[in-house]
Amino acid sequence: MGADFWGYARPDGQVGVRNFVAVIPSVACVNGVVAAIANKVPEVVPLYHGHGCGRSLEVPMHLRVLANLGKNPNVAAVLVVGLGCEVIKAEAIGKAIAETGKQVEWFNVQELGGSQKAAHRGADICRRFLEEISNLERTRFPAGKLVVGLECGGSDAFSGITANPAVGLASDWLVDEGGTVILTEDTEMIGTSHILERRACDREVAEKTVRMIAEAEQLTRDLLGPLASLVIAPGNMDGGMSSIQEKSLGCITKAGSRPIVEVVEYGQPPTRRGVVLMDGPGYDAESLPGLAAAGSQIIIFTTGRGTPLGFPICPVIKVASNSELYHLMQDDMDVNAGRVLEGTELSEVGKEITELLLEVSSGHPTRAEVNRQGGMVCLYTLHPPF
Amino acid sequence: MNRKTSIIIINPRDNVGVARVEIKGGQKVCLPQGGEVEAKTSIPRGHKIALKDIPSGGEIVKYGEVIGRAKEAIHAGEWVHTHNMG
Repeated sequence: MGADFWGYARPDGQVGVRNFVAVIPSVACVNGVVAAIANKVPEVVPLYHGHGCGRSLEVPMHLRVLANLGKNPNVAAVLVVGLGCEVIKAEAIGKAIAETGKQVEWFNVQELGGSQKAAHRGADICRRFLEEISNLERTRFPAGKLVVGLECGGSDAFSGITANPAVGLASDWLVDEGGTVILTEDTEMIGTSHILERRACDREVAEKTVRMIAEAEQLTRDLLGPLASLVIAPGNMDGGMSSIQEKSLGCITKAGSRPIVEVVEYGQPPTRRGVVLMDGPGYDAESLPGLAAAGSQIIIFTTGRGTPLGFPICPVIKVASNSELYHLMQDDMDVNAGRVLEGTELSEVGKEITELLLEVSSGHPTRAEVNRQGGMVCLYTLHPPF
Repeated sequence: MNRKTSIIIINPRDNVGVARVEIKGGQKVCLPQGGEVEAKTSIPRGHKIALKDIPSGGEIVKYGEVIGRAKEAIHAGEWVHTHNMG
C-alpha cells in the first residue's frame, strides 16, 4: 500500500530519477575541454569544478566526492576527462565509478594530443553513451528507494515555522516508507547537540553526532572569532528567535522526528535507511555537491530570501517560507509554504511536498531544472591551496 | 472544522505559539484545540506568545523541545522573547 514512483533501475540496485550522461573533469584545467564536449553534445551534463590538484589534505575527500557524483543513480553513464599530470587522476575516478557496473570511460588530454582531439573523442564517447541509454525505460519502485537531501539557504524568520516543519512532515512520511533523508549543514545544528544525541539509534551514532556538532562549533569560533556570536549567540535573532536552540531547531526540523541511524562524511553515501546526518558546510553551493555525492536523487531546499540555485544531476525542489518570496520569485519556487502564515495547515503543505516529491521522482521537472540552474560543482575545502 | 487562528503551534507539546500575523494587545487568540488566550501586549509577526502560565525557571517548549527557560513568571498571552527567556 506504499507510494510508488517511476525510476531507472541501475546495475548496483540503486534507482535513478533522471537518466543523465555526466562528463566529469578530474581537474579544473580541463573544464574547457568538458565545455567543448558539451557544446558538441548538448544533452550531456558537464560537472565543472575548481579542484583536482594543488591541494593536499582535501585530495581523499575530493576524489571521493567526484567519484560518488558519478556513482549517483541519476547518472546512467560517465565520461571522466583528465589532464594527465594532476593529483586526482581520471583513472582513479573512473575505476571507482565502474564499481557500480554503470558505463564509464576516461582519457587524458595530454595523451590524446590536445584539447581539440580530446573534445572530438569525448563527443564520440558521449554520443555512444546517449544512444545506449536511450532505450532505458522507467519502471515502478517503492518510495522507500528514495534518498532525499535536505538543504536550507537564504533562510528568514519564517523558514523555521513554515517551510522547514512542512518538509519535516514529508521527511517523516518518507522515512516511514523506508526511505532516507540526509540532514547536513553542521553549523545550523549548533545548540541542538543534546536533542540530536537523544534521537540517535545507538551510542556510536550519538557520539558521532555530538562530536560533529562540537567540531562545527569550534571551527565557527576559530574562523569567525568575535563574529562567531552572529552565528552562535541569539544576538541577531531578529524576527522572533530567542535562543540558539530555537534557531537551530527551526533548521533541523526539516529532517522530521524519526531516529538518526547514521552519521556520514561529506559526500559519503549512507549504508542505512532512515534519518542520516552528513558532516558538511552551511554554504549551499558547497553543501549540494555533498548531498548529491552521498547518493541523494532529489534535494528539497527551503528558502526565505530566495535562491535560484539547483544542481546539475539532482532535481532540487524549492520551498518558499513566505508568500511574498513565492510571488516575487515564482519562476524559481516549487512550493509556497508561506500559505501557513495565511492559515493553511502545516500538514497540508507537508502533503503537497510528498506528492511533488513522487511526481519529480517520476520525471516532472522542478523549477530549477526548467530554468537550467544546475551551475557548477563547488567542492568543500578546509585548507589553503598551494 | 478548521478554525482560523492567528498563531501556529508547531508541536502539540509546545507551550508557546508563533504569531503568523501581528497580534494586538488585548486581542483574543483562538487556540487550534479549543479555548483562547488574550494577548497581554502586541506580538510581532513570527514572535512567540505563551499559551499557558509558565513559572519562573520553567521550560519554554517549541518544536516539542526545550528552547530556553523563563527568566520570570510568564503568564498566558504574554510575548516570549529574550527579555523574559534565556
